[in-house]
Amino acid sequence: MSRSVASLHQRNWDSRAAGNFIAGGTGSGLIVTAALAAAAGEPVRSALMMGLGCVVTGLSLVWLEIGKPWRALNVFFHPHTSWMTREAIVAGLLVPAALIGVGTADATAVTFAALLACGFLYCQARMLRVAQGVPAWRQAEVVPLILATGFAEGSGIFLLVGRATTGWLTLALFACVLRQAAWHAYRAALAGTPAAARSLAAFETITARRARGAHLAGVVLIALALVVSISGARGVMPILAGAGGALAALAGWGLKAVLITRAGFTRAIAVPVIPARGSRGMHARQTSQS
Amino acid sequence: MTRYVMVADLRRCVGCQTCTAACKEGNATPPGVQWRRVLDQETGTYPQVNRVFVPVGCQHCANPPCLEVCPSTATRQRPDGIVTIDDSLCIGCSYCIMACPYDARSLVGETDYAFGRTPTAAEAARAGSGTAGIATKCTFCAGRIDAGVARGLVPGQDPDATPLCVNNCISGALGFGDIDDPAGPVAALLAETQWFRMHETEGTEPGFYYIWDKAPP
Repeated sequence: MSRSVASLHQRNWDSRAAGNFIAGGTGSGLIVTAALAAAAGEPVRSALMMGLGCVVTGLSLVWLEIGKPWRALNVFFHPHTSWMTREAIVAGLLVPAALIGVGTADATAVTFAALLACGFLYCQARMLRVAQGVPAWRQAEVVPLILATGFAEGSGIFLLVGRATTGWLTLALFACVLRQAAWHAYRAALAGTPAAARSLAAFETITARRARGAHLAGVVLIALALVVSISGARGVMPILAGAGGALAALAGWGLKAVLITRAGFTRAIAVPVIPARGSRGMHARQTSQS
Repeated sequence: MTRYVMVADLRRCVGCQTCTAACKEGNATPPGVQWRRVLDQETGTYPQVNRVFVPVGCQHCANPPCLEVCPSTATRQRPDGIVTIDDSLCIGCSYCIMACPYDARSLVGETDYAFGRTPTAAEAARAGSGTAGIATKCTFCAGRIDAGVARGLVPGQDPDATPLCVNNCISGALGFGDIDDPAGPVAALLAETQWFRMHETEGTEPGFYYIWDKAPP
């Protein structure tokens, strides 16, 4: 049976894999934001717990996806080059570190957990970067995109579970702006990649458009909340901040869901020349397709 | 050093899929999984049209991206260049599938047979080795090569030491051998022809050469 030489939609990493990137990013961002809050002397137990819960939930989703779940510990065997192994190792350190942070509420412990959370998020971004079979993930710009959206999600959720003060509103807004910049850089790089046409189309679907709409709405609401907070009229500020933070997180979840489950197309088989078949002496010609 | 590579002469391939069938029969790959495929590419617009048949599969790269990403060390590279999967280590995470630029790997789902509930003898042997839930790909028939070499046979020249797809190719389009042997048929063939390797820019150094014309005079 012949198969098309066109790129194919990858179906091995489904919504469970996307769930790891979604929950892992949000959890990591939340733990980092919690560490900043702890340094400022604010209570962060609930935010830490939620961040840790997100990370563990994401890893559990991956565990449900792999073909041999009872061999899951084999994931630790290849730290020399595999970013998946490194992600697992960092997660193995992050969980107890975050638990210690929850138990002690000590700023140093929470900071250590935040550093590990940054490492965890970086591993996730690099996992996509080295996936040479999927041009949409192979882009170098996917790394800052995953990092920025993780921090945007985490700082957004913190507005719901923590105190929505001027400082945290500013941080959430800054993270959203960073994500927007990372998205534009990623989108521009992808547009310059010949093998990524179908991935670009995936980012124009209704789900992707809704995610971008949620992002913009989140930015507006957080900015409004910030203005209200600065003006001192705090009546509707918590509502604006909470809604804005939730939308900022939703936008990141939608973006990553599309990136993993819909924009993941394999490379097309490349045949740069047409063979000189049939008659002898007929030289091969350059094809118009490759 | 020995490095086994495969050669596909695109001038000769007629797209008969005999290599696909031979591989499937010999290796008892599950339904939906094909280690050796032949793609059918049409180019141009009428009346200037062309059709190319392209045998594809694992390219047994010198720098295999699947090896780099594999978290369990199930994917390995032998000294002779053949990239293998250790069925007992693979966790079925599919990361290698995402890393392969050649779409050469498959994840075996639940145990399934080509003819209903009863496995063929070859399928029974495969299922017995616990391949459900793990990644799978072309092995260059490494078992045949090893058995043949142990008997003093030469891979690519003696059929009992040569991959099944090469043995069964009706047009002689597929070739196999040690590219590091300057006196071998593969090195000679590549010296007298023009060829390309797929996705060279990825830096994988694939061990699959596609011949498209004779060498310029």
